[in-house]
Amino acid sequence: MTAEILSLSLQLSMPEIILAVGALALLMIGVFSGDKSAPTVTGLAVALLAVAGLWLIFMPGEGVAYGGAFKLDAFGRFMKVLALIGSITAMVMSVGHAKSDQLNRFEFPVLLVLSTLGMLLLISANDLIAFYLALELMSLALYVIAAFNRDSLRSTEAGLKYFVLGALSSGMMLYGMSLVYGFTGNTGFEGIAKVLSAETRGLGLIFGMVFVLAGACFKISAVPFHMWTPDVYEGAPTPVTAFFAAGPKVAAMAILVRIVSDAFLPIVADWRQIIVFVSIASMLLGSFAAIGQRNIKRLMAYSSIGHMGYALVGLAAGSETGVSGVVLYMTIYMVMTLGTFACIMAMRRKDGENVENVDDLAGLSSTKPFMAVVLTALMFSMAGIPPLAGFFAKYFVFVAAIEAKLYALAVIGVLSSVVGAYYYLRIVKLMWFDEAKGEFARISGELRLVFGLSGLFVTAYVLIGGPIGTAASAAAKSFF
Amino acid sequence: MTDWPILSTVTFLPLVGVLLLLLTREDGPFGRRNILNVSLFTTVFTFIVSLFIWIGFDNSNAGFQMVEKHDWLGTGISYHLGVDGISMLFVILTTFLMPFCVLASWNTIEKRLKEYMIAFLLLEVVMTGVFVSLDVVLFYVFFEATLIPMFVIIGVWGGKDRVYASYKFFLYTLLGSVLMMLAIMAMYWQAGTTDITELLKYGFPAGMQTWLWLACFAAFAVKMPMWPVHTWLPDAHVQAPTAGSVILAGVMLKLGGYGMIRFSLAMFPIASEHFAPLVFALSVIAIIYTSLVAMMQDDIKKLIAYSSVAHMGYVTMGIFAANVQGVQGAIFQMLSHGIVSGALFLCVGVVYDRLHTREISAYGGLVNNMPKYAVAFMIFTMANVGLPGTSGFVGEFLTIIGVFRVNTWVALFAATGVILSASYALWLYRRVIFGALEKESLKGLLDLSGREKLILYPLIALTIFYGFYPAPIFDATAASVDLLVNNYSAALAAAKDLALNVH
Repeated sequence: MTAEILSLSLQLSMPEIILAVGALALLMIGVFSGDKSAPTVTGLAVALLAVAGLWLIFMPGEGVAYGGAFKLDAFGRFMKVLALIGSITAMVMSVGHAKSDQLNRFEFPVLLVLSTLGMLLLISANDLIAFYLALELMSLALYVIAAFNRDSLRSTEAGLKYFVLGALSSGMMLYGMSLVYGFTGNTGFEGIAKVLSAETRGLGLIFGMVFVLAGACFKISAVPFHMWTPDVYEGAPTPVTAFFAAGPKVAAMAILVRIVSDAFLPIVADWRQIIVFVSIASMLLGSFAAIGQRNIKRLMAYSSIGHMGYALVGLAAGSETGVSGVVLYMTIYMVMTLGTFACIMAMRRKDGENVENVDDLAGLSSTKPFMAVVLTALMFSMAGIPPLAGFFAKYFVFVAAIEAKLYALAVIGVLSSVVGAYYYLRIVKLMWFDEAKGEFARISGELRLVFGLSGLFVTAYVLIGGPIGTAASAAAKSFF
Repeated sequence: MTDWPILSTVTFLPLVGVLLLLLTREDGPFGRRNILNVSLFTTVFTFIVSLFIWIGFDNSNAGFQMVEKHDWLGTGISYHLGVDGISMLFVILTTFLMPFCVLASWNTIEKRLKEYMIAFLLLEVVMTGVFVSLDVVLFYVFFEATLIPMFVIIGVWGGKDRVYASYKFFLYTLLGSVLMMLAIMAMYWQAGTTDITELLKYGFPAGMQTWLWLACFAAFAVKMPMWPVHTWLPDAHVQAPTAGSVILAGVMLKLGGYGMIRFSLAMFPIASEHFAPLVFALSVIAIIYTSLVAMMQDDIKKLIAYSSVAHMGYVTMGIFAANVQGVQGAIFQMLSHGIVSGALFLCVGVVYDRLHTREISAYGGLVNNMPKYAVAFMIFTMANVGLPGTSGFVGEFLTIIGVFRVNTWVALFAATGVILSASYALWLYRRVIFGALEKESLKGLLDLSGREKLILYPLIALTIFYGFYPAPIFDATAASVDLLVNNYSAALAAAKDLALNVH
């Protein structure tokens, strides 16, 4: 590796290097000044993520680094910025909850930064080994923060469950990777694609691919690898759940898109049926299982399973339109989810007790009208009702499915979205049609800012959607 | 006309009212008065501005007028507006009915008046948007967006079973329209555009038309509503507040009929021809069956709701007769029904405000102490029946003529419906208005107040005016309908030629 290549590699991976070095520095600050430094460390961590994001936005340069293990392209840049926005928002939202959920230790922001570093590496991974390492870096940090409130039984249970199931899926994925390597002789995505297009694929390779896809589907919580989601969402402290629902999903979806569109593109017919199945199963389960939920965090878990199903509709199309739809879907999904979690965090009684039942939202429109309006817009948006952003997200993935002639998938998808609309409507009904039972405490400024911006985004998407759509289709061009 | 974007102005003008309402405070009598005045002023002003569309409209031009086109969302979808003879009058109908809704809610809405008015103004924006959009995706966005404010209106300000009714309304119509979304996407990939003007020229292959027609029909039949997917309507009507019923019957049902003319008939002529017998059968069942059901209702609003379903049967029948009389009659029937059924719901609102019940058995003998009300109710009942001299007659007569030219049996059954509608409407009238004034609760009722006169008298004038002189409406629609019918026959002839050449 000559000095020139090395400097190019360093330049391409500068945001990751900033985060890695920064996380270690933050760790030092924390260790030497103890837990009282937690607010400072949080502030610095947010600044660190912001610097990495600005670097990604303003510094040009695309290409392959570190001998093919790392790749920065328009798609990667878009998804990385998205993941960083998700992490920053989740971190900002956690500030007001740090005390009540016992997140006020300096390790918390450091772990979030490390996990975000894992996401960025995952999005750029261009090689099976880099893929695995990045996934583990992201996941190990997530396992710890799921159990971060160690005095709470629910939180530790959530962390343990997530860890055991996550380790199992990692093992499966590693096995799959070894099969893929064994049958193609390559770990790099380009190399795999070259071999696959040159010769007929063997059965062993298909096995390997299935295992690799299973691992990725576990991280995006698609059916049938979704079992951890409701328990972890419910058990983990709410700021942590918000974090789980945003960045990691974006990163895992990005690598799923990258691996099927780069490495496995020659065998599109083989992976398409898997993605179609996973997508249909996720949409149906997400719609039906959420109906009976009483806890709003569990409900959001099923809702996110459903949303992943819709995003996969675009991936199943296996075309440029499809990938652009997935990118757009993940963008809109993340904004809606963060806004909703900001509202969930604002569900706090005057005596400081956090409540999580859907019924606690009853009569919100008379006690907290602004929050009720925003949450209503978010719920209609998640249900996919125009003119809100969620409709356009669904529109662009289904357009791709129709283009690829996946009519059955599209019909099942839209019908399950009608079923899904029922439980979103139930939340709207509680807020507007029912009488208030109690009032929530004053909402802190950062939560108000987050859900305000999110509500603005979903309602104003009809006006501001143009540049976002253009950026998403530019990102999708990286593959085709 | 100048280049002023009048359609965008009319569509989004109510948003200015929404902004003003957000700035006002609700508490106290002055706050309440302010809200009402702002809403009334906004809706009246929008109506006046919308009249400029009619004034500037060129009756001899069959194509789209006052077109505005801009890129939107950067993905081939365009913000494309325009009106032709088919859509223009629906815009006027929408803006015309809105001030009546505000007036009808003057005293009756006691809680959350501000949110109520905001919901109505938003509803006006999206309903107008449906009629003026010339891009299918834009059309769909507006078409679906009507669900949100209506859901809230029924759910918050509705009657006892409002939650059930609002869910049913929302999910039923959503289920119908998501299939249309897929059809729109398929049309986009086939024709390479979402522009309605381009799609109207594009001839879809016959096999594809069948599926596209069915998917669009699912959406429009539910919205219309046609038998057997009409069951959401009686629930929604009964539970909705008076003004909500007026809008539901007056405008929202017309979204379905408008969609059928614009999409099903104009874009998929071969499939329309193929499925016309099905539509005729469903329409005849709707006319006869729902008229019979209407006869047996105890609730005044439910009775009118079922009669709406029956009247929409004439509309669907007329549309798929696909000749000039049928389509003209269908458009006229929709406009007339918008005014008449809206007025009937307002009449029900008048007595409901006094007695807070809609049970027919709770009334009787109102003619004794409410003579003016009795006259107004009489005129609208007659218009509903389709008595010559009222606007209801023209539409029914033309649709029956139209369908007679295609299929005599259908016309025969449809004509029976006129008799049935006379029986339920007159029976209702007798039970509510005539008879002796015996019930104690009714004796203290006062006749129409000034506000109620202001609501009902203009509607009476219009009903009778268009009954005697429907020409202004036909002048506006004639050119566009001729073009539509000619294109339809040309497409069918071309398809027949093709079939002959193949053999």
